[in-house]
Amino acid sequence: MSGIWLALAGFLVFFLGYRFYSKFIAEKIYKLDPAYVTPAHKYKDGVDFVPTNKYVLWGHHFTSIAGAAPILGPAIAVYWGWLPALVWVVLGTVFAAGVHDSGTLFMSVRNKGQSVGTLANKLIGQRAKILFLFIILLLVLMVNAVFAWVIANLFISNPSAVLSVFIQIPLAIWIGYHVYKRSGSMLLPSLIVLIIMYGTAVIASYVEPLQIDLVRYFGGEGATTFIGLNATSAAFFTWIIILMVYVYFASTLPVWKLLQPRDYINSHQLVVGLVILYAGLFITSPEVTAPMTNPAATDTPWFPILFITIACGAISGFHGLVSSGTTSKQLNNERDVRFVGYLGAVGEGLLALIAIIAVVTFFSSTDAFTATYSSFGAASDGGLGVFVQGAAALATGLGIPAAVAPTIIAVIIVSFAATTLDSSVRLMRYIISELGVEYSLPTITKKHVATAIAVISSAALALIPQGPNGFGSGGYLLWPLFGTSNQLLAGISLLLLAIFLRRRGSSMLPALIPMVFLMFMTLYAMFVQVFTDWAPWATNTDWLLFTFGSIIFVFAIWIVFTAFSVISNERKNDKFKDVA
Amino acid sequence: MVDQKIWQKLKRVIELYDEMLSTPHRTEIARELRDEDDLFLLLVYSDMLGIPNPAFYYTLELYPFIIERFHDWHLRMGMEHSPLDGIRCC
Repeated sequence: MSGIWLALAGFLVFFLGYRFYSKFIAEKIYKLDPAYVTPAHKYKDGVDFVPTNKYVLWGHHFTSIAGAAPILGPAIAVYWGWLPALVWVVLGTVFAAGVHDSGTLFMSVRNKGQSVGTLANKLIGQRAKILFLFIILLLVLMVNAVFAWVIANLFISNPSAVLSVFIQIPLAIWIGYHVYKRSGSMLLPSLIVLIIMYGTAVIASYVEPLQIDLVRYFGGEGATTFIGLNATSAAFFTWIIILMVYVYFASTLPVWKLLQPRDYINSHQLVVGLVILYAGLFITSPEVTAPMTNPAATDTPWFPILFITIACGAISGFHGLVSSGTTSKQLNNERDVRFVGYLGAVGEGLLALIAIIAVVTFFSSTDAFTATYSSFGAASDGGLGVFVQGAAALATGLGIPAAVAPTIIAVIIVSFAATTLDSSVRLMRYIISELGVEYSLPTITKKHVATAIAVISSAALALIPQGPNGFGSGGYLLWPLFGTSNQLLAGISLLLLAIFLRRRGSSMLPALIPMVFLMFMTLYAMFVQVFTDWAPWATNTDWLLFTFGSIIFVFAIWIVFTAFSVISNERKNDKFKDVA
Repeated sequence: MVDQKIWQKLKRVIELYDEMLSTPHRTEIARELRDEDDLFLLLVYSDMLGIPNPAFYYTLELYPFIIERFHDWHLRMGMEHSPLDGIRCC
């Protein structure tokens, strides 16, 4: 069967979801009011609160939520075959992510553009806000450690991509100054930067001296280098230290100097990447060689682990932070909630969909797939690498030479991951400062102290010697908790939405059903992992995962109880109202 | 004629695309400029706030131009009511 059919099936469900379900949600549940004065108009200040055209806002929202995570999860989850991953991505986007993203946007618009964290404080209480901060702190810590390894891994396996990625930094700073000092447009300079980057990638693919291959510099695989490390481990160590030093400076610079211009260039790359992959798919029409379901996948059950392996791409709590953080302050008309919020989630679903297709069409036969995806551990280790190869195979359909295509795909992914790393270290710094204010610890509220804590803790986690995928992959020790934490965050946001809808007199079921589903899956998956896989009484005890997993498990249980108590209180109040 | 219409449409699409990507950047630039302005306003009002300012005589001349921004400024600075007696505000 051609991979095109998977894409068409996905498109069809996304279309039906937007055309009918989102319309139902917008009109019957949210009851969007075009006459409502949105915060963008009410508090218009030309900085945060700016009424923005819905197409522009959708693009801005989509590029903010899309990153490397919707690629990583699906690339691993195809271990159970393409069908479970496809169904979860498509239905998760339509019934959970679409409601979650548009719902958090709507809720924030109706609450002066406040963020989900502040709304948690308002609707549930102070403890909910602190819980929220801790979950996000754990999330960003994992992202920092894992993405540092992912970038180091791609640099080592694609040395021709390194120069292009590093060239982007000074050029992005130049664009930032160009716009700031001269108020110039970013379009042309950023396209020039893109051409320079891809041009460098093409040249570096053929000219070996331009390939920055640390393993070779350290004497090749097997050679022993400093502190007894072999060349590969030394390369990981060096790249991770370089990345952490870079990210320290990048995340303490004003946003407009580096992060924003990089984001701008990366947004082009997102569009270029999506166009290349989908056009490549329709031109080459590759065969799906991975099995529909993988009977050999017995070491880790798909139910319920699939639902925490694919978070971004099906539903992600992180989107609620973007919806309620910036997008809600720029919404021109309340009616645009449907277009911006729901279609933003669909955009992310499309990215996850092509990630699945790129992986399942890459292999020459089902046996080749089974050999690579021999265990869940092997899938976690090699999933992203397979995606790079699969995406490169699709890109060759557009006439891009086979020697160049993997380099360009690696440049795109590293660019995403590097910006995510910068943003998440910055976010971690803000949270550490906020916790410092909350617990009266003024020292850690300082910018450089908070950043140093963020960077050192992330580097320490990444460089734990027990990393499951080799030296530098310590972040993967906690990675099984990433999906869980992300889903928990989404669960809390859906819970807030359910309470909010109930208070408005609407049915809370569209928010409550995905919330219950998510919470059940998350708790079930956590229970299986924490108490049977990692616990002290299990065969492979893992104290680190057991400790962190137990903390998050308690958080999750607490949220479920809060949900029940808040909703039952609301019901009691209703009864009193009836009596009165 | 048809070519011109297509060209206009293409131009609009490119403008929309550029706007999509540059919106967050514009916000950050506006924030940076506002921060600079806030610092400047603090310098201008410094003498009235009790911080000696040797250029007070000259900054006084700017008051008619900046007085309209005073209310937003003191709100942004975390002061719910005007900290100055000399300027009538909330």
